Amino acid sequence: MKKEFMKKFAVVMLSLVMVFAMAACGGSSGGSSDSGSESAEAVLYVGATGPLTGGASFYGNAVKQGAMIAAEEINASETEFRIEFRMEDDEADGEKAVNAYHVLQDWGVQVVLGSVTTGSCVAVAGETFEDRVFEITPSASSSDVTNGKDNVFQVCFTDPNQGKTAANTILELYPDAKVAAIYNNSDPYSTGIFNAFKAEMEANGKELVEAATYPDDTNADYSAQLTACKSAGADVVLLPIYYTPASVILKQAADMGYEPTFFGLDGLDGILDMEGFDTSLAEGVMLMTPFNPWSDDAKVAEFVKKYQDAYGELPNQFAADGYDTMYVIYETFKAAGCTTDMSNEEICDAMVAAITGGFSYDGVTGEGMTWSTDGTVSKDPVVVVIKDGQYQDR
Amino acid sequence: MKKITSKGLSPYRKNEIISYGIAILGFAVISVLRSLGMVSSSLQGQLVPICAYVIMAVSLNLVVGISGELSLGHAGFMSVGAYTGIVVSGIMGTMGAADPVRFFAAVIAGALAAGVAGFLIGIPVLRLRGDYLAIVTLAFGEIIKNIMNIVYAGIDENGFHISTKSDYGLSAEGRMLLNGPMGATQVDRISTFFYGFILVMVTLFVVQNILNSRQGRAIMACRDNRIASESIGLNVMKNKLMAFTVSSALAGMGGVLFGLNYSTLLPIKFNFNTSILILVFVVLGGLGNIWGSMIAAIVLTVLPEALRQFADYRMLVYAVVLIVVMIATYNPAIRSRVSAFAEKYLRRKKPDAAPAEGGAD
Repeated sequence: MKKEFMKKFAVVMLSLVMVFAMAACGGSSGGSSDSGSESAEAVLYVGATGPLTGGASFYGNAVKQGAMIAAEEINASETEFRIEFRMEDDEADGEKAVNAYHVLQDWGVQVVLGSVTTGSCVAVAGETFEDRVFEITPSASSSDVTNGKDNVFQVCFTDPNQGKTAANTILELYPDAKVAAIYNNSDPYSTGIFNAFKAEMEANGKELVEAATYPDDTNADYSAQLTACKSAGADVVLLPIYYTPASVILKQAADMGYEPTFFGLDGLDGILDMEGFDTSLAEGVMLMTPFNPWSDDAKVAEFVKKYQDAYGELPNQFAADGYDTMYVIYETFKAAGCTTDMSNEEICDAMVAAITGGFSYDGVTGEGMTWSTDGTVSKDPVVVVIKDGQYQDR
Repeated sequence: MKKITSKGLSPYRKNEIISYGIAILGFAVISVLRSLGMVSSSLQGQLVPICAYVIMAVSLNLVVGISGELSLGHAGFMSVGAYTGIVVSGIMGTMGAADPVRFFAAVIAGALAAGVAGFLIGIPVLRLRGDYLAIVTLAFGEIIKNIMNIVYAGIDENGFHISTKSDYGLSAEGRMLLNGPMGATQVDRISTFFYGFILVMVTLFVVQNILNSRQGRAIMACRDNRIASESIGLNVMKNKLMAFTVSSALAGMGGVLFGLNYSTLLPIKFNFNTSILILVFVVLGGLGNIWGSMIAAIVLTVLPEALRQFADYRMLVYAVVLIVVMIATYNPAIRSRVSAFAEKYLRRKKPDAAPAEGGAD
């Protein structure tokens, strides 16, 4: 009896040791982007929170990789200070994001890049607003992120803005079509876009023929929603959702022989790289995204090449957002005349004044981006269509 | 019943002293360290959630450990409390009430709302037994979450609005309180560690006094043998319903504390995973063991943060630690070692301070 127990105990201990050893290896490679010399040069601590594990880790890791490329480029160039970048996991959960932010505070964060997802970002923004830390998010698109907080800015479009633009684009392209939507009614991103889309359509005198909802992105069956759209005779179906459920929807629509024009938003970006997804199903899908990795633009091509060399995959919109956000922080920091020995509050005030005071940035997700005092970005949306497994201008 | 057999100080009294001791000692130590500036901001940020989870764990223990019914929907009651508290605090905020007044009004409202929800849900649910009860509580937890997903509420110069539609006529100057799946946004963060400590003490007071009362013994009798309890005239349904309602109300209180600690709160936070997390606190701490659930809640809240240095592997490490703790705490060999150790070194000096591990033999 006792022997058996000791054996069990030894097995558990051994596995524990193994896990810790593995974790130690993983720990050293994650997080910061160290480059440059060991000399006592000025360092700007840029901290980020985002989902690095769990269901949304795809987004967090993309932002992290994009931002790391930007940080490496900046550190390799002639600058007066080096950027030290660290990203903490928040599992796309507000509570964990606040914890992650506090960890970053202990580390000495000066500027916050993030958070990646909306719920986390609103929670962290509440903290940075009180602590007076400059925050700019690559991808948290809800208007609650910036609402009432002068220190928080967005690089991506807001959800209402996207919904409105999608409505106008559809009205322009398909003035006589019957329009339906399938959306996740427990997701802030999805509902935020849908509500604005519906309001804009109705303002233009057009009712949606069907608005089908589902409660969870892990749903495996959307035939009820698709049948509803089909029987309502919809020719255009808006999918203001992420690409995982969208891939199932496209598959099931093809199976039931229903072929409307699907219109996606930036959440659909990434569907072509999805493992096990037949990209021919996505042919003809319209999509509004700020970033096209197949674009001819020199800046985009250079970023795509660097990203591919570093990670062996095509960057998606989140990676591009992360890349741009890091540069916006860097450029704004310089434009504001900040130095790394200033307090967070001084940096925050100077950067807020700089970014809203005629600052403009040309990045891979848009030319001539400017920011208003409410924290939202102004840049042109791009509508592309998926053709031959690529995004192409319509 | 092992506890009744231990000798010396009444086991109820002993456990009570340990529970209050943990809460008071924890609060005192952290307060002193804080005033010395020795608490990292990472730990500071977790103080209120820790208090909230302790309340959740202790209150769930009332149902799972003491009343003996497996409930998988505790997060649902937490969300009822949290959102009621946020609405009450938001309304009082626009009227310009002071923070402590707002907070405790929110706590009372949240506890009442969650208690009513618990009572209503308890009536059908507690007629079931065993697995069926667990499944139905799980379903009710999800129903509450889904209702929260479609509730929109706000306050403007025309008063308070609540609706299931996103366009419910809130004027431009109005203040949005609940915004459907986007949850509560722009919450004023008025929870503090001190309030959290007070609520933990209230929870301990309520649960331990129930435990050590005629009512509590009746609840436990119903758990241990339903038929025998009925035969001596105990109303099983009434006793179980009382435990369930009190537990829900306390969970609502924990929810208010939790909700008012963050500037935003999404309904999806209160999904099945959160219910399971709280159940893990209770099971790990020991069914019916109040101070065990407190320690489990504290350790398991701090642990994932403490493991951050393991980056991507932290949840793996967390799971392994959980398994090791489960094996270790319930292993008779280890338990007898620990109690022998306690016997040898602790009991000689202070006869009362020995932990209750001795109760195992």
